[in-house]
Amino acid sequence: MAVKGRFGRFGGLYIPEVLMPAVEELAEAYERYKDDEEFKRELDYYLKHYVGRPTPLTFCKNLSKDLGFKVYLKREDLAHTGAHKINNTIAQALLAKKMGKKRIIAETGAGQHGVATATAARALNLKCEIYMGAKDIERQKMNVFRMKLLGAKVNPVYSGTQTLKDAINEALRDWITNVRTTHYLLGSVLGPHPYPTMIRDFQSIIGRETKEQILKAEGRLPTAIVACVGGGSNAIGIFYPFIEDTEVELIGVEAGGKGIESDKHAARFASGREGVLHGTYTFVLQDRYGQIKGTHSIAAGLDYPAVGPEHAFLREIGRAKYYYATDEEAVEAFKILSEKEGIIPALESAHALAWALNNADKFDKNDVVIINLSGRGDKDLEIVAKFLEKNE
Amino acid sequence: MHSKVKGDALKLEAVQKNRIDVKFEELRAKGEGALIGYLTLGDPNIEDSKKLVRALAKHVDILELGIPFSDPIADGPTIQGAIDRALKAGMNTDIAFEIVKELKLDIPLIFMTYYNIVLQYGEERFIKRCRDVGIDGVIIVDLPIEEAQNLLDICARYNVHFIFLIAPTTREDRLFKILSRARGFIYLISLLGVTGAREKLQEETIEKTKWALNYVKIPLAVGFGISKKEHVKAVIKAGASGVVVGSAFVKIVEKNLGNIEKAIKEIENLAKELKEGTKVK
Repeated sequence: MAVKGRFGRFGGLYIPEVLMPAVEELAEAYERYKDDEEFKRELDYYLKHYVGRPTPLTFCKNLSKDLGFKVYLKREDLAHTGAHKINNTIAQALLAKKMGKKRIIAETGAGQHGVATATAARALNLKCEIYMGAKDIERQKMNVFRMKLLGAKVNPVYSGTQTLKDAINEALRDWITNVRTTHYLLGSVLGPHPYPTMIRDFQSIIGRETKEQILKAEGRLPTAIVACVGGGSNAIGIFYPFIEDTEVELIGVEAGGKGIESDKHAARFASGREGVLHGTYTFVLQDRYGQIKGTHSIAAGLDYPAVGPEHAFLREIGRAKYYYATDEEAVEAFKILSEKEGIIPALESAHALAWALNNADKFDKNDVVIINLSGRGDKDLEIVAKFLEKNE
Repeated sequence: MHSKVKGDALKLEAVQKNRIDVKFEELRAKGEGALIGYLTLGDPNIEDSKKLVRALAKHVDILELGIPFSDPIADGPTIQGAIDRALKAGMNTDIAFEIVKELKLDIPLIFMTYYNIVLQYGEERFIKRCRDVGIDGVIIVDLPIEEAQNLLDICARYNVHFIFLIAPTTREDRLFKILSRARGFIYLISLLGVTGAREKLQEETIEKTKWALNYVKIPLAVGFGISKKEHVKAVIKAGASGVVVGSAFVKIVEKNLGNIEKAIKEIENLAKELKEGTKVK
């Protein structure tokens, strides 16, 4: 599907000249190692014995009864560090090591990718520095502490909106300066080629396991798969192995924040335009002159103004559909899953769940819906408590 | 190879030559290097920015004007600050064109920006307006040659030079690809890092200048980390045709917020001093 990092007209490679050799080198290394038996064996080892894969596919008995169709959760919340992010960080850290890089850097929003990167760095003995917006540091103190405990240096970013997009800017500036020794471990299916393709491949393990598990459990493919979309790595990871199975509906859910009319959201497909941000051509929230807009979501992991280019492509060809859920709907879903099933979801994943709850009438008792539970909600308890306090 | 095709292409080149080429020829004849100065348009506000640009234009050979972009990944804190001030002051692409049109500066002018700014304005509309207001070249920091084909063709059509950047990390195969489409001059980023004034000229800057001169047969301008007269001297002595100085000028704006007259005076003084550094051949 991808020709030189293009998904239809989306994707590409829009970066300063200084970084060109680095991304070329990365693309070459990825091509070389992705089918390398030893690399695959090592990665499998880490995924099984360190990350804890395969993660279960859990049938939600109570929720299914209430909703009138079968609901399954793909349990990425049970992966080591509590989210799907580790699938990518372990793989990229391993690749960085093969490339002879001694130091890895990464951006983080909520801190989940930062924690997963710091963890992979420990497991593979690499030096690690994380860039994080000053506002996000304030919102996610526990994850900052986790990263430090894991031996990473956390650099606060005070420029721009002091959130994820500015953390990426700063990580890119670091990479420009230290490109010879450093690998930039990007956290989602964004950025210049080969990142969107490579990270999709690393996350596709989610969908491959899901397929096997649902066939075993139900003897059939699901009616629909629902996943939240920030950059979109958990979504593409679970979608990708099902793309050829056109009878399976693929549904991505963006962050509707306080509603589209409020302008405080991160629903790129709902009100963004095509543009270029951080190396890739995709849907971007921007003003008419191309200045990037600030975003809002209660889920820091969805709080980003651009969407992965392959999602833009899947939407254009009609293979996947994209909707959004608001902060309020996500918090409601967060509560419902906790109460009904004893599983506290990440606020990001709660967006996917919220869509399924609000669209229950689209499905009937013969339908099977899988929701990608991309992360666990422990990190969000304080945020949800505050939100409920304010809204009650 | 360049000189061989020169005879045949003379007619074509005469048409495609613009003020940038003429300026480098004049300076070469005088034995001087080019001082290329940079300011962010709209910094610290739109009216004061015009005064600063007009003042700097009096003392540099070529002027590079930044159209601010909210996420400038190749810029260090100094130029980030200028961009923040400009955007807060309401700067946008239309105003950038209006400023240039109003100032009627009689030196070669270059717009420097990021690709999304050009893309959202419309590539052809942007370049056509460049030609109409007297912009001679564009530098688009995050548009490598692989993604630039369409814009390169448009630039050729309107005789606006697409100025390429090369970096210390640029591999030989890409360098040849770039040189085959290069016009005006080549901008050498002389060190790994983002924009910003540095106290000492890095050894790498001189090494990389000499390295680039083995390949680049059109004028070579060297930028990043050049802020003092002795830096300029060293780079021109090493064989470069010009130097680009940006953050050192922007720092003066930053230091004198609220006192535009002082900023103008200091910028003029620095430009004069740096210009002296180009006269070493």
